[in-house]
Amino acid sequence: MGLAGCRRAVAKLRLVSRFEEAGSALENQSAMKAEDVHWVDEPTIGLWEAMYVPAILGGLATTLRHAFQKPVTQEYPEVAPDLPPNYRGVHRLNRDAQGRVKCVACMLCATVCPAHCIDIIGDQAPWADRDKYPTKFEIDELRCIYCGMCEQACPVDAIELTSIYDLTGVSREELIYDREKLLIIYDQTKDNPKDPIRTTGGTLGPAAKILGAISPPTTNTKC
Amino acid sequence: MTLTLLLVWLVKIALVIGAILGACAYLIYVERKLSAYMQDRMGPNRVGPWGLLQSVADGLKFILKEDVIPRHVDRFLFILAPCIAMLTTLLAFAVVPFGPTSSDPKEVQFVIAPGIDVGIVFVFAVGSLAVYSFILGGWASNNKYSLLGALRSSAQVISYEIPLGTSILGVVLMSSSLNLERIIQSQADQGLAGWQSLFGWNVWMQPLAAMIFLVSALAEANRLPFDLPEAEQELVGGYHTEYSAMKFAMFFLGEYTHMITVSFLFSALFLGGWHFPGIAGAGSVYTGAWAIKVAVLLAKVAAVVFFIMWIRWTLPRFRFDQLMSLTWQGLVPLAFLNIVLVMVVKQFGWPVWVLPIASIMLFVGAVAINGMVLQRRMRKQRLAAA
Repeated sequence: MGLAGCRRAVAKLRLVSRFEEAGSALENQSAMKAEDVHWVDEPTIGLWEAMYVPAILGGLATTLRHAFQKPVTQEYPEVAPDLPPNYRGVHRLNRDAQGRVKCVACMLCATVCPAHCIDIIGDQAPWADRDKYPTKFEIDELRCIYCGMCEQACPVDAIELTSIYDLTGVSREELIYDREKLLIIYDQTKDNPKDPIRTTGGTLGPAAKILGAISPPTTNTKC
Repeated sequence: MTLTLLLVWLVKIALVIGAILGACAYLIYVERKLSAYMQDRMGPNRVGPWGLLQSVADGLKFILKEDVIPRHVDRFLFILAPCIAMLTTLLAFAVVPFGPTSSDPKEVQFVIAPGIDVGIVFVFAVGSLAVYSFILGGWASNNKYSLLGALRSSAQVISYEIPLGTSILGVVLMSSSLNLERIIQSQADQGLAGWQSLFGWNVWMQPLAAMIFLVSALAEANRLPFDLPEAEQELVGGYHTEYSAMKFAMFFLGEYTHMITVSFLFSALFLGGWHFPGIAGAGSVYTGAWAIKVAVLLAKVAAVVFFIMWIRWTLPRFRFDQLMSLTWQGLVPLAFLNIVLVMVVKQFGWPVWVLPIASIMLFVGAVAINGMVLQRRMRKQRLAAA
């Protein structure tokens, strides 16, 4: 019979048992009791409702009331929408007080990203206050689902979502944003009240402090 | 003399047709704006300031679009049908007064054909020819959907003509004339002074007739809640399924012209025409009285048009069997009872205030009887089900 035949037989057995289960479920359903059935009668209409005229007048009042209400239309290209402060738009890479990229290339954002749209290559940082920094930091904006989990995962608050929503391009390659572009977006949006910088200037942010309390940061002597 | 008369007529006809077609174009704009406001939207606002040039753009689009005549249609009748739709509604305007008229032939008569004694009959005779445009349009399209749509529309229009005509008979009896100009005159001359002359209008005298007229007029003009020809979602449109470009626009214009005609008729028959207490009465002789009267009449027509549009964006569409049972089981008997009521009041010389009270009682009584019949039917159904 061989292995394949054996497997087929097992599958058949499983199928049969599944059919039996379905059959017993059906039997349970047909055993519905008479008192479980509720018949709903049409509501009786009184003289007032049967005249229809009051109802029609009520409807006319409703439409007239709406005619004098302010329209809810957003005139988008002329008037920009008023976004909430936690709007999740295009990413940016924050700079620290010295204007350097804040990211420490810890890969947490790339790991947590459900769409796998973040691509980071880290290297020895040339600065004393951190081990690593990203030499390559690319986000595929077309692949991103704008869930904001990278922002939450980041221990140094280096990646943030801005309120930029009108993202356009003529090719897929154009919308893969690299490190420089993400830094430029930071420069463009840092003064926008809708995109506040959520961390304090020179330090690496609250998460870095907690890490420092557990184990004091090792100063990198190689510049 | 005859030449000047002819010239005056031609100018009048050109003015009226131009005004009506222009009004149609802008009524479409007004309707779209109104519907937008009632649905908390902005409405057309792209073409010109506040979208005012939208009608021009729509007209241009209709003219420049490809005018498809499918190969399987009867060409002559296919082209004839929209022409009839436009023609009949415009023709009815010949006897509808759009301002004051007088028996003095030297004065300007604000009606194309003054002094026609069967005015209202002419309007209905010509207006009922519009059913040919539905039947011919649907039949010539050689398409089952169009044919069924044509049957539906023609059944609707023919059925609603009965209560429409019958509801008017009461008004005609009250003013003892079929002449529209004289019907207006009789409402203005009720012998009531000051603001009380407002109650000379037939809408107070015969509220039931006014309601029946308005409901049937909506159905005649294919307006919502009776616009089954336009029910694309449920019924694949009506008789004009195969029409495109200017020929479709002509059906459309015919419908809007019909709405204007109906509004003029309602203003003339039930709202006292050019009469308004304190502004324009039967005896107003001050200079410029004619202009005031035209303005009053046009304001009333605009109000009725607005009301019809308002109804359209408020009520849902009727089902076809509901539509037919409404007229045959509701409006037709009520309209006949209303005539009997007017005849009795006139014959025995009862005071006029009996009329409104009795007609409201008629309406309530009819509703009660209808409710009892419905309840008995429901009880029978429940017994049969048990």
